[in-house]
Amino acid sequence: MADTASTPVLRVEDLTVRFTRRNTDVAAVNGVDFSLKAGETLTILGESGSGKSVSLKALMGLLPAYAGISGKVWLNGQEILGLPAAALAKLRGGAVSMIFQEPMAALDPVYTIGEQIAETIVQHEGCDNRTAMKRALGLLEQVKIPSAERRLKNFPHEMSGGMRQRAMIALALACKPGVLLADEPTTALDVTVQIQILLLLRQLQEELGMAIVFVTHDVGAAAEISDRIAVMYAGRFVETGTTRQVMRQPMHPYTRGLLSSTVHGGMRGRALETIPGSPPNLAELPPGCAFAPRCRYAADACRRDIPVVTTETGAMARCVRAAELMPA
Amino acid sequence: MSASLEQDPRDRGGPAQPLLIVDNLRKHFPVRGGLLNRQVATVQAVDDVSFSVRKGETLGIVGESGCGKSTTARLLMRLMEPDAGSVIFDGDPVGDRRGISVSDMRRQMQMVFQDSYTSLNPRMTMAESIAYAPRMHGLGRKEAYDRAEDLLSRVGLNPRQYARRYPHELSGGQRQRVNIARALALEPRLVILDEAVAALDKSVEAQVLNLLTDLKQSLNLTYLFISHDLNVVEYMSDRVMVMYLGRVVEAGPVDAIYRRPRHPYTRALFASKPTLDPDRRTTQMPLTGDPPNPIDPPSGCRFRTRCAFAQPRCSESLPPLAAPFDGDTDASHVVACHIPEAQSAMAVHHG
Repeated sequence: MADTASTPVLRVEDLTVRFTRRNTDVAAVNGVDFSLKAGETLTILGESGSGKSVSLKALMGLLPAYAGISGKVWLNGQEILGLPAAALAKLRGGAVSMIFQEPMAALDPVYTIGEQIAETIVQHEGCDNRTAMKRALGLLEQVKIPSAERRLKNFPHEMSGGMRQRAMIALALACKPGVLLADEPTTALDVTVQIQILLLLRQLQEELGMAIVFVTHDVGAAAEISDRIAVMYAGRFVETGTTRQVMRQPMHPYTRGLLSSTVHGGMRGRALETIPGSPPNLAELPPGCAFAPRCRYAADACRRDIPVVTTETGAMARCVRAAELMPA
Repeated sequence: MSASLEQDPRDRGGPAQPLLIVDNLRKHFPVRGGLLNRQVATVQAVDDVSFSVRKGETLGIVGESGCGKSTTARLLMRLMEPDAGSVIFDGDPVGDRRGISVSDMRRQMQMVFQDSYTSLNPRMTMAESIAYAPRMHGLGRKEAYDRAEDLLSRVGLNPRQYARRYPHELSGGQRQRVNIARALALEPRLVILDEAVAALDKSVEAQVLNLLTDLKQSLNLTYLFISHDLNVVEYMSDRVMVMYLGRVVEAGPVDAIYRRPRHPYTRALFASKPTLDPDRRTTQMPLTGDPPNPIDPPSGCRFRTRCAFAQPRCSESLPPLAAPFDGDTDASHVVACHIPEAQSAMAVHHG
């Protein structure tokens, strides 16, 4: 399924982000590659500091000026990294848009939901305000906000957390983006609301055919929404594969540790299998595999180059010993 | 420090006496507004909550934001005064002339909070933070610092490396270990863990959960484990209490609650849990909408506005916590629901 004829809507090659300040050099993202077709969902799964959010922000041009970004990003065939600010502003909210963990910080507190959605439509498509407002109403209905007409006139603080998250999704979808970047959109929500938002995103994707990059630390959310999963550690994808491959036959020792330390039903009375230690300091990354210091399978070869192991089914792991550790 | 239950000189009631009995605990917050700043509404944060915690067990409390689980913890610690209700610690009423004082109770009951950073004083080293309470309670400087170092190694931090460090020099998981060590510094019998692992990454969360399990064993602790994470509560608890909008809707042994949940809210909550199985994804929304605002909640059963089984009588009276209608389980499984069909409805899945 990874190599059908259709061209990717988003292609990322060797994306690297460094934050250099005085005498520290933080290697936040260290060569990320992926491509995404219309209607496909890629989840970037990683713990805090793994570089997953920074990668998304780099794509959208949302990082501060002192961030050193290199690599190539194509959106619908057009190279977008290093585009002038005005051209980038046109893309954001148009061909590609983003939703965040905290809708309260992403929405403007002094404008109503309707005004904010309409403004985006007017900006990008140049239609008049009346038409834009009508579209905004349709969008609120599409994200299943009850009594949408009334909610159009609500300010963000007048809505509950789940409603605000829906409003932010409506805003992101205002100009029918081909790519939606979702940065932990369900993390701050209660479980009963979280599943509603995940189901909504799945349904909207079916209706609109957009590609989604979904960033999360939550294995459960990843299993619910993704077609493919990329596991990120210390700024690198250490394993990629279909959701089934990654969840059922994880190859990389980090992925296995992450899955075995995630508590799920039926584990009572057993000690949890944990990963010792904590993630590395990104300012002083060890040479070779960044996971080696915490890895129980680490060998001398791990401190040198990390080979990329690919299976015939298309799964990838960056691990010297992936082939021998692979479950039969 | 690790005396067994029978030898513990502080054990006054014997093994059959619950360590904690909470009876009709209530906390309502006034909402003021308008021209004269009059009370315009009430948040019923905790409303007539009763439960008990047996010696040596872990009682889990689950529920979504606004259900009153954290307020309950704060009321137990007397970080805020309850409006009504009583708390009995090992047979002694707390804050009562015939019972024990609040400060004596706090010596035996300690709490760990979610935010590991804000719960530590940024200007105190780890050893100072841990030794602070024992010193305030009259322990000499040397003994207090010895105890701090002993506790640091018990929670898996080398005292030589960490005793003199400040909170900002530690990772989130290490800070939470220090918070646990500090909670243990007064040798408490009951530890309230209020979302203590919620802010940690999964790999670190698992380490801390293992640590909590080990400490409970070696120090004969009793836990009140509060979390929104259904999987973690199932893993840690012997008994579970489910709260919704300030009230207990269901309580019982962990297996009964997770295998045969009776309250429609409990069932919806469990059905909302991601399946962790890409071949058995959730397809139906178990509930629509957000939990209602705890300001002036619905009359009668508070869940009725989102409940598929609601009938007129659900709005008329509060359902009491009672045994399920079919009487299938042991007596300690209780549910607050008027409608027999709602309790027996099938279609539950588990992750």
